[in-house]
Amino acid sequence: MLRLKNVSMAVGDNEGDIREIITDINLDFHPGKLYAITGPNGGGKTTIAKVIMGIYQHNSGQVLLDGEDISALSVSDRAKRGIAYAFQQPPRFKGLTIPDLLTIASPGLDQVGIRKSLRDVGLCPEDYFERDVGPGLSGGEMKRIEIAQVLARDARVSIFDEPEAGVDLWTIQRLIGLIIAKYQNSPKSTAVIITHNERVLPICDEIIVVNGGRIERQGSGAEIWPLIKDDIECKVKMQCRGEIGYEF
Amino acid sequence: MNFKAEDMKLISTITDLKEIPSGALNIRVDGKAVIRNSSPNISVGPNEDGTGLKVEVKAGTKNETVHVPVIVTQAGFKDKVYNTFIINEDADITIVAGCGIHNDSHADSGHDGIHTIIVKKGSHMKYVEKHYGEGSGRGKKILNPTTDITVESGASAEMELVQIAGVDDTLRSTIARIQEHGSLKITERLMTHGEQNAESIIDVYLEGADSNAQILSRAVARDKSRQVFKAALIGQAEALGHLECDAIIMDQAKIQSIPQLVAEDARAVLTHEAAIGKIAGEQLVKLMSLGLSEEEAVNTIIEGFMK
Repeated sequence: MLRLKNVSMAVGDNEGDIREIITDINLDFHPGKLYAITGPNGGGKTTIAKVIMGIYQHNSGQVLLDGEDISALSVSDRAKRGIAYAFQQPPRFKGLTIPDLLTIASPGLDQVGIRKSLRDVGLCPEDYFERDVGPGLSGGEMKRIEIAQVLARDARVSIFDEPEAGVDLWTIQRLIGLIIAKYQNSPKSTAVIITHNERVLPICDEIIVVNGGRIERQGSGAEIWPLIKDDIECKVKMQCRGEIGYEF
Repeated sequence: MNFKAEDMKLISTITDLKEIPSGALNIRVDGKAVIRNSSPNISVGPNEDGTGLKVEVKAGTKNETVHVPVIVTQAGFKDKVYNTFIINEDADITIVAGCGIHNDSHADSGHDGIHTIIVKKGSHMKYVEKHYGEGSGRGKKILNPTTDITVESGASAEMELVQIAGVDDTLRSTIARIQEHGSLKITERLMTHGEQNAESIIDVYLEGADSNAQILSRAVARDKSRQVFKAALIGQAEALGHLECDAIIMDQAKIQSIPQLVAEDARAVLTHEAAIGKIAGEQLVKLMSLGLSEEEAVNTIIEGFMK
């Protein structure tokens, strides 16, 4: 189980003032469950994810994995202990190919495994086997490759940071479906999806609403979804500028 | 002929050969050709004034390779050679050159390879040249290659110029002339570390109508090393040229990148891209989040970039 115990993180701004990004976060993530973290932009969702992965260092509190305090461990050591993070905006690498990255993510992956990973996220292996993870790929392609890496890792705790951002509407449902199929009812692993997606939120085991760096609400999907439904649907409508209905 | 194990290792590093191949070949060790073979289609012999090699490929020769590696293993030895390669009409061949220096002494050793290459009408040539230095002494490993290439009408050439590691000082000078419908692609990869210096100067003249050239440079400078990359595309006809130089700078290294476009004909279309930057923190964190250590992440990024 992954536990965040009284975790806070603050940063100093240009004028020397201290600003808290997340405050006193207490969360338990159990194996076999699918969690959603949602809430307004700038509310602290990605910060929580990056604190778990060790990319950001929290100032107080503890991050515990099966009772072990991993707060002082590096990103690499946390990865080796079974934490995985799919970046919201994955970086690009000139000269590293898509199979190179997938093999780093999952060193035992063979050619057949790489092809399957690519097909799973809707990429034709023939078209992508030789390609660099460089400037030639679109944002949507980068996102799919990012998700393929985290899925290939079979980590104990996998965090997906807005998997739907930058991905076309046709692909979103497939990617989300893939994540849900892999993690829902999986007894040993935990998935955390940072999302605003109205299809994902109601089916998650638990929804955590983060606002202003604090946990505003937390509970089962059935309990929380009706309370936030109107806000989310309105947001979706604003994003699509009214060109599509809610039922995409 | 049997080579000493360390010499064969050096030859392997610069040519990827596991054993001495049959076919056209010249292996030069400390200023002397120790193996020289011609094939039915490729003659390998001394040049007219005895200062180097003349390699001539018969017209129409297809899918053959000629290996001409050089190694310098004698302490303080300075080698200089003038080689000429003539690829006659409608051939398609690969030239594997390259130079490796082993120097455990405190005296500098080096090799200056001066190459003239003529790719005649309708031919295609691939030229691969790797440079490498090793050894424990304070003596420098110095490599100064000069290449003059002419790509005749309808011919094409690809040149892969790589400096792997261990070369203390290099001044690379490449000049190319491309005639009508000819095409040239130069890919250069330079890695420097320690206190090494590397300078590469490339001038490509697009002389003929419908000629085209691409110059792609990737460079990594680590520690206190210094690199200068200066490439010019000179468009003298209705021609296309693109120049791209990308460099990763690390530690206390210094890099100068000077792309130059010269249009001497209003129909020439010339473009360039140049970038120098350190490895982004985001890239390191991303690879570390997949389980690599910071050092492994740096090496993975560099290896990929220089591939």
